[in-house]
Amino acid sequence: MSDIQVWTLIWVIVTFSLYLFIAWRSRVADTEGFYVAGHGVPAVANGAAVAADWMSAASFISMAGLIAFQGYGGSVYLMGWTGGYVLLALLLAPYLRKFGKYTVPDFVGDRYSETARAVAAIAAIFVSLTYVAGQMRGVGIVFSRYVGIEIFGDAVIGGVLIGMAVVFFYAVLGGMKGITWTQVAQYSVLIIAYLIPAIAIAYTLSGNPIPQLSFGGIARDLNELQRELGFSGYTTPFTDPSRNMLNMLLITGSLMIGTAGLPHVIVRFYTTKTVRDARASAFWALLFIGILYTTAPAVGVFAKTNFIQDVNGASLNSLPQWVVDWQDAGLITIEDKNGDGQVQFAPGEASDPDSANEITPDLDIMVLATPQIAGLPAIVVGLVAAGGLAAALSTASGLLLVIASSVAHDFYYKRFRRDATEAQQLRAGRIAMACAIVVAGWFGINPPAFVGQVVAFAFGLAAASFFPIIVLGIFWKRANAKGAVAGMATGLIFTGAYILATVPDEAGAIFFGLDPFLGISPEGIGTIGAILNFTVTIVVSRMTAPPPQKMMDVIEEVRYPDPGSATTTQAH
Amino acid sequence: MDDSQRQEYWRTNLTLMAALLTCWFLVSYVFGILLVEPLNNIVINGFPMGFWFAQQGSIVTFIFLIGVYVWRMDRLDDEYGVGRQEEKRVADEVRAAREQEEGQQP
Repeated sequence: MSDIQVWTLIWVIVTFSLYLFIAWRSRVADTEGFYVAGHGVPAVANGAAVAADWMSAASFISMAGLIAFQGYGGSVYLMGWTGGYVLLALLLAPYLRKFGKYTVPDFVGDRYSETARAVAAIAAIFVSLTYVAGQMRGVGIVFSRYVGIEIFGDAVIGGVLIGMAVVFFYAVLGGMKGITWTQVAQYSVLIIAYLIPAIAIAYTLSGNPIPQLSFGGIARDLNELQRELGFSGYTTPFTDPSRNMLNMLLITGSLMIGTAGLPHVIVRFYTTKTVRDARASAFWALLFIGILYTTAPAVGVFAKTNFIQDVNGASLNSLPQWVVDWQDAGLITIEDKNGDGQVQFAPGEASDPDSANEITPDLDIMVLATPQIAGLPAIVVGLVAAGGLAAALSTASGLLLVIASSVAHDFYYKRFRRDATEAQQLRAGRIAMACAIVVAGWFGINPPAFVGQVVAFAFGLAAASFFPIIVLGIFWKRANAKGAVAGMATGLIFTGAYILATVPDEAGAIFFGLDPFLGISPEGIGTIGAILNFTVTIVVSRMTAPPPQKMMDVIEEVRYPDPGSATTTQAH
Repeated sequence: MDDSQRQEYWRTNLTLMAALLTCWFLVSYVFGILLVEPLNNIVINGFPMGFWFAQQGSIVTFIFLIGVYVWRMDRLDDEYGVGRQEEKRVADEVRAAREQEEGQQP
């Protein structure tokens, strides 16, 4: 075992023990605790839990690499995945807390109709399941690269099974309460693991340890470096047709609205005691997320600079150790096309004979490789691996809770067994959770070919389905069931169809690979789906009978917090 | 709260929301995307400003905007003497209102 493997193993054991200890301390005995942590989570802790819930393997491992290779174009992820919280905080969080049930389909079902509840529950399960498969895969990959515990003769399977066992323990035992407090710990681990290498590299490259301040100068040098190699400047906008101005607007919109519509994030705002705490959680959540999201573009610039300096012109006989390691893992492709014994980095793919480029890295390795590129000690490299695992596991557990509650609460209890006792409901929740973990693990080990694509588009579907009808349900009393069902169906079908039609067919047999309409990238179509959903809901609601007066009165009630005294007896 | 107070409370909330969402739109869509090219001609500390808004400034502003919202709404709640206690949840009332209309009482 190398030093890196030893340290990774130590960090994994330490952090996993911590998660299990917390889970044991916060086990629950009722459905309130299982689904919404008994409405007793303080705002700062809830903010950290939202942050960990939100920041997945994609944020931690993939995002900085994507930005490094898209430059300005990568801004869509930064603005989209943070700007959504402004919508969430101002338009949804306080009202959903006041409403105060367990799930997103709960709101849709109670506010509109049972049909709407069923559509929302199916959409929530679909979005969450595709998303969670990606997380389990991430766990498997980190394990196989750094720890290498083989089960059934395969390190990825070993990693997925260990991850499943840990999540199983704390999610089945503690439900939302166990998940919340573990997520607080997981946030701490992942943010430390992200910042330490970033600060170290910022200091080495620029002499200023604060990455957010120091990457401007490095980006300017990187612009020069890229132009010399035949690329466009790193900070130059609109260099790629899929990132032209129209697509930048639409993709940013789709990610923002999708973020505000993702069920596993929304449900966290049900867990606070007061509306005041729900608002404050949104602030803490974005502050905690912002720490990583303002560091990521700096990491992108540092990683790209280090990458070019390390590999361009390097002799094939004396490649840096990290290149050799990742080449062995199959995640860097090198081809000496001109036979000069040196690596040339240029626009295009290494596998494309028409391009002068001789090296193509898998973008997912940039964050994991950066500490090694910068020559940081093995203890730090191991910590980064543990951080990646924390990010993947925390998101997986939040998603699993959504799946379990959609199945056990929205379908089993609300549709079939309205007479179920508290104990039966809790047992149903635990069984659903256990099944969801097994299904997620199965997809993690045997990912369907299209999962990678679908995860990226989960945002588009969430944007086109949930967000418009929830916002209208709160802010427009006249919105009715027929409008909501029509709007949600239009948004989902339009967005889903456009994605299936325009994603390149090499991504999987279910895609058609047609030319996008007006060059609109399928990543950005959710914005248009959401606008359609809004329009259809409004038009159909106007054309049909208004909701009952009593319903409009109750919706009015959602807008105001309760008085501070006297009426406490009303509390449930 | 009586009816006129409720209206006032809601109007204050909507005005605040509109102002904050305008800033939200401005820093991301306008400064970060629509005006990125002209803004990139201004360079501070190595950062072309359009690029800076897209990758740093917008995020920092978003955090600030939610902070302002939390601070202002907390003060508003205090002015009206609301929001200090655990909320009752109105979900069951919403459901009852709907089922009454549909005539399918559980």
